Amino acid sequence: MSGAAPTVPEPFDWSSPQAAARRRRRYAADRRLRIYGLVSVLVAVGLLGILIASLVVGGYSAFVQTHIAVEFTADPENVPAGDPTSGNYRAVITNAVQQLFPELESRSELRTAGDILSKGTANMVRNHVVANPELVGRSFTLEVPASDPFDQLNKGVIDRNLPEDRRRVSDFEIGLFESLEARGLVSTLFNWALFFNSDSRFPELAGLAGALVGSFYALLVCFLVSFPVGIAAAIYLEEFAPKNRWTDLVEVNINNLAAVPSIVFGLLGLAVFIQLFGLPRSAPLVGGLVLSLMTLPTMIIVTRAALKSIPPSVREAALGIGASRHEVILHHVLPLALPGILTGTIIGLAQALGETAPLLLIGMNAFLTTPPGGVMDPATALPTQIFIWADSPERGFVSRTSAAILVLLGFLIVMNAIAIHLRQRFERRW
Amino acid sequence: MTGYLFLVILALSLAAFHVGRTTAKSFVSAQGAQLHSRPVYHGAFAAVWVGLPASVLVVLWLLFQDTIIDHLVLASLPASMTEGASASRLSLYISEIRNVASGRIFTEPSPEIRTAAERLQSWQAIARWAMVVVTVAMMVLALYLARARMAPGFRARQSFERTLDIVMIASAAVAIFVTGGIIVSLTFEAMQFFRLVPLQEFFFGLNWEPQIAIREDQVAGTGAFGAVPVFTGTLLISAIALLVAIPIGLLSAIYLVEFAGECVRGIVKPVLEILAGVPTVVYGFFAVLVVAPAIRQAGSMMGIAISPNSALAAGGVMGIMIIPFISSLSDDALRAVPQSMRDGSLALGATRAETITRVLLPAALPGIVGGILLAASRAIGETMIVVMAAGLTATLTANPLDSVTTVTVQIVTMLIGDTAFDNPKTLSAFALGLVLFVVTLYLNVAALRIVRRYREKYE
Repeated sequence: MSGAAPTVPEPFDWSSPQAAARRRRRYAADRRLRIYGLVSVLVAVGLLGILIASLVVGGYSAFVQTHIAVEFTADPENVPAGDPTSGNYRAVITNAVQQLFPELESRSELRTAGDILSKGTANMVRNHVVANPELVGRSFTLEVPASDPFDQLNKGVIDRNLPEDRRRVSDFEIGLFESLEARGLVSTLFNWALFFNSDSRFPELAGLAGALVGSFYALLVCFLVSFPVGIAAAIYLEEFAPKNRWTDLVEVNINNLAAVPSIVFGLLGLAVFIQLFGLPRSAPLVGGLVLSLMTLPTMIIVTRAALKSIPPSVREAALGIGASRHEVILHHVLPLALPGILTGTIIGLAQALGETAPLLLIGMNAFLTTPPGGVMDPATALPTQIFIWADSPERGFVSRTSAAILVLLGFLIVMNAIAIHLRQRFERRW
Repeated sequence: MTGYLFLVILALSLAAFHVGRTTAKSFVSAQGAQLHSRPVYHGAFAAVWVGLPASVLVVLWLLFQDTIIDHLVLASLPASMTEGASASRLSLYISEIRNVASGRIFTEPSPEIRTAAERLQSWQAIARWAMVVVTVAMMVLALYLARARMAPGFRARQSFERTLDIVMIASAAVAIFVTGGIIVSLTFEAMQFFRLVPLQEFFFGLNWEPQIAIREDQVAGTGAFGAVPVFTGTLLISAIALLVAIPIGLLSAIYLVEFAGECVRGIVKPVLEILAGVPTVVYGFFAVLVVAPAIRQAGSMMGIAISPNSALAAGGVMGIMIIPFISSLSDDALRAVPQSMRDGSLALGATRAETITRVLLPAALPGIVGGILLAASRAIGETMIVVMAAGLTATLTANPLDSVTTVTVQIVTMLIGDTAFDNPKTLSAFALGLVLFVVTLYLNVAALRIVRRYREKYE
């Protein structure tokens, strides 16, 4: 071929059928890729939709709770007038149940009927009488939460039309419940217990108060540690640090820390804070410290970005009229960068709020029926409470887990909305 | 008590600020002198001198007080009790003494314990008050010293700024300390583990049965610490996750960058960001409640038996979690390809699809690979989804319908509940943690290096 004269290629016939077919093929490939892309976008959006939908469908019913209006009589033989705390409230409840169902005679039937009421009824009645001592010897009506199976029955989770051996409540129990319904004693009220009770073994009494307080303390500690340390570190690295191997090492470190799996931070917290320093297990203080180590890289990165966005002219102007380098930062750059820093801080705290794995390792998944009183008390956090409930076998906890997740997502949405609002309100283009 | 002490420190610092400022002002008004630094810096100088050392002292005191008192109390126990006692026995004594001291008495304690508890109480009280007295004395002394150094020519601003520098450098060094702390604590505990279990058994053994007895009366296995099935399980679940996430994430990124209009992008990008912001415990619950039963049902319709905590369910949901990660990183990579390359390809007559597959993807490949490596590191380190949806028993299998366990699942199960730090079961969690840390660190460093090198190419 080397000796041949350079040949002019045959002019390609663009209108030939082969060319047209090739063009069609190529356009088809183009459309295919576009369709694949569209499908995968739809899949991603659809998955989010399914996720949210399944949570809402599963969780909305936990925001209401079946209550039964029961008339109790605090007769003086069961409740001593001088000391209402020590009364025999079991007897009070048994009498009330007997009054509710006068036709029941055997003890076992009465016990079955009593199980319609929540296991916490005795406590509720006692608290009510202790708060209103004038009720001793009188009758009063309380809205008592129904126990979990009947709550499910009322919400329609348990199908009344199933054969008896395939559902958790017997025909007899349904009969009792329907007689209550017929008398208009059953009502479905907003489930305030979800927000004002702590954890409980009984789904109808379990709430998030302890977890909310625990998460609050942990986030408070996390904020108090990571906010000042993060800002100070970021200012140093962005404004003062000389470019040398030491600062390079710090930067590489920060980038890597941001990608270390969260459970490793849990191991660190367990080995250092609990094992070495002897801080108490399950305490929000330890949880907050671990979370602060995790948020610190985020905090440093966003603060540096915010500082970087302040134009050099601001610094030069301040330096020009005689401010020291520290004064330039403290008086001029930092106040201007603060909205950006706060936005990043809120986003970092939102991440910390959803973090679960490290809290499990330091024991913030304990079963606790009271909210913590301080940062050293044992506590749970919102995500660990979700984990505990997700592991609970009772049917009622399934919807409560979804409800707790909705509460958690609600908090995350609010925090992110505040961050976005801050960004839009205070963002300045230079 | 401690909270009040911090309030006292704050109050005294504010007082010191006031003292410093008025002193400086009095130099001007009384002596008519020219100040080197503005009065506010004299105040700040005094406040820093009073507040900073005191806060550091209190924190250190609180960290070490309990440990020191425990040692003293143990040392004061009669020799007959401590002689030859193991470390766990001693820690049992300590917790018993602490319980008695705080009034939580379950069984009648022995007289030695009772006296030790009284001693503990009195020493704790002494330590508490000593802390308050020492701190306040230190603050007063610091105020006196600071006040003594003040003069019209005193360079208060420089002094204050030097302290600020130290605080900032210390803050920046925290990142190093955290990494160092992770490496040291994991290595230390892992070394303890490898003293009990040989290295080759851990890395090459095929049998993982760590549920051994911590107390003598527990019924449990004899223990085997071959971690290979745990590693393969982790790889299997991560591989499934990547198989789900890479096509969906990459194709969505391509669609968003090259095809979608402004409006679609405006909707889809926030949706992906929401997906990225959902806490992993939520995904775990989703896997247990929705995905695993759905997969099982599909399997039983086809006549295949699928384990209730199959690798497929856990890996699939983990894939959903990673989609936004891959799509946003690929998005960045595709966007970073210069427009001129796109225009050039289109001008030669290539279709959109040909431009993407022949020009853009090869050009963006390093960035995409970096993103995939980061996603893989996320998948390997992900905990909550697998804790809730994957299995506990380590089986050596590549069947995605079987139940497998992962490194993170094992770490969590080892450390929930009874933890004794002289037991191979607890320590094995730290060995696994070390492996996890090293592997993810390697992936991250590699990914960052690839991404950085590639970025420089087009800038």
